[in-house]
Amino acid sequence: MTDDFEPRIIGFLCNWCSYTGADLAGVSREKIPTSFHVIRVMCSGRIDPLFVLRAYLKGADGVMAMGCHPGDCHYLKGNYNARRRFVMLEQIFKTLGLDSTRIGLWWVSASEGKKYARVTTEFSAETKKKGPNPIQKEIFI
Amino acid sequence: MPKSLKTNTDVSQGVRDFLKHLLESGKVKGVLALKKMDGSGAASYAFMTSAKELAEAEPLAPLMPANAGKILSELTLKEAFGEPVAAFLRPCELRAFTELLKRLQGSRENVLLISPTCGGVFPLKFLADGSAKEKVPAYQQAARKGKNAEGLRAACRACTDFIPCQADITVAFAGGADSDSSCRLFLETPRGEEFARGAPGTFGEEKLETRELAGLREERAAQKAALFQDIGKAIQGPSALARTFSACLGCHGCSHVCPICHCLLCVFDSKMHDSQPEGFDSELERKGGTRIPAGTLFFHIGRMTHMAVSCVQCGMCSDVCPVDIPVTEVFSLVGDSLQKVLEYVPGRDVEEPVPSGTYKEDEFAQVGEQ
Repeated sequence: MTDDFEPRIIGFLCNWCSYTGADLAGVSREKIPTSFHVIRVMCSGRIDPLFVLRAYLKGADGVMAMGCHPGDCHYLKGNYNARRRFVMLEQIFKTLGLDSTRIGLWWVSASEGKKYARVTTEFSAETKKKGPNPIQKEIFI
Repeated sequence: MPKSLKTNTDVSQGVRDFLKHLLESGKVKGVLALKKMDGSGAASYAFMTSAKELAEAEPLAPLMPANAGKILSELTLKEAFGEPVAAFLRPCELRAFTELLKRLQGSRENVLLISPTCGGVFPLKFLADGSAKEKVPAYQQAARKGKNAEGLRAACRACTDFIPCQADITVAFAGGADSDSSCRLFLETPRGEEFARGAPGTFGEEKLETRELAGLREERAAQKAALFQDIGKAIQGPSALARTFSACLGCHGCSHVCPICHCLLCVFDSKMHDSQPEGFDSELERKGGTRIPAGTLFFHIGRMTHMAVSCVQCGMCSDVCPVDIPVTEVFSLVGDSLQKVLEYVPGRDVEEPVPSGTYKEDEFAQVGEQ
């Protein structure tokens, strides 16, 4: 854990709310972490738990999934699926002793540029404290 | 008090006689059950339509060469049976079939489901080395006393779901103190009663629950707690997981025999998550090396995300693993933890949707609002 460790975080953002919210954060010149890789999906319900798992196993220090608030999904119900899938993946991580705080699901709406900046900055700072993902040390995974 | 049908023979013969009656009276056109293969005690599932073949049936043989729930699903996938058949399945196989029905992988129509209170099965190596036969008397005695026999599958030793859910007829095997001289069939549903009408034996009302059954439940619960504690400790964190699955060949045998894994093309058999060599560039940059073929933990943990919520702990996966990885132990531990969070019991009720395919609008309110 050195001072120049910059956590590599993958973010899966839904097009209608969180991606637009991220865009708003950018336009408003909010401060957001630099080593944050955004992957746009049309809906948080598109986020296959395997996306999050693959990113984690390939060494991502943190994985964030973001979507519209429950009840506000552009496709009406996709985010309810995302919520269940996240709960199940989180439980699998916990049972296997994998750090379940390295993954997360956040509701960020199109107008919540400030929230986007806050959650990404906080998550990045917390992940930095934890150090690199220990899976990176394993060759035979 | 549940309706029962009693005959004065040992339970294996009693079940055979009942199946024979069903076939010879024309009530069913075929029977799916374990059948003796030769004198060694080996048995395999067979679909029998003649009394001659049925005479060799050994439904209570302590072996599970395949999960019968998977077999029944495959038999009814394209269309339901057109005529009544009887199927003898263990409780876990029946629960697996129920889980498959929820996924539209088969049909229960025209199937008379018969299931025993289960004494467990032996690992398949006893099928291979011919020693299954000599273990049977001790196995039956243990079942009568409500104890685990020596040498059962770890999954069976620790199984607390050994009383069938939603069977038409339950056979009192484990916990049946006099099952060496009495065969008791419990008629659980109107269909069960209808098919049993006219069968030889005495109809009555009896209790399935016995002192021996309660004793077995206690022993199994203790074994389960110990099993989960041991495997839980052995798989904590990336290093421990890598170590536990280090011998994995990627044969996917575990997935092939798993009743819940029904996909015609498993995503882990497809090219979807393969990487061309350039896909490893960033990993090699960071780690200096990577296992080839890659994705051992991705396969196992990924498979958990797909099916662990429905895992019935049948033990097929550990049994077929060529390198003795404790797949059942890991998957049933994860499955159990998922089932607790979602308040779900796989196979409990065919009307209950699979948690990964549904949601409630108001649930898990703490998620997402950090």
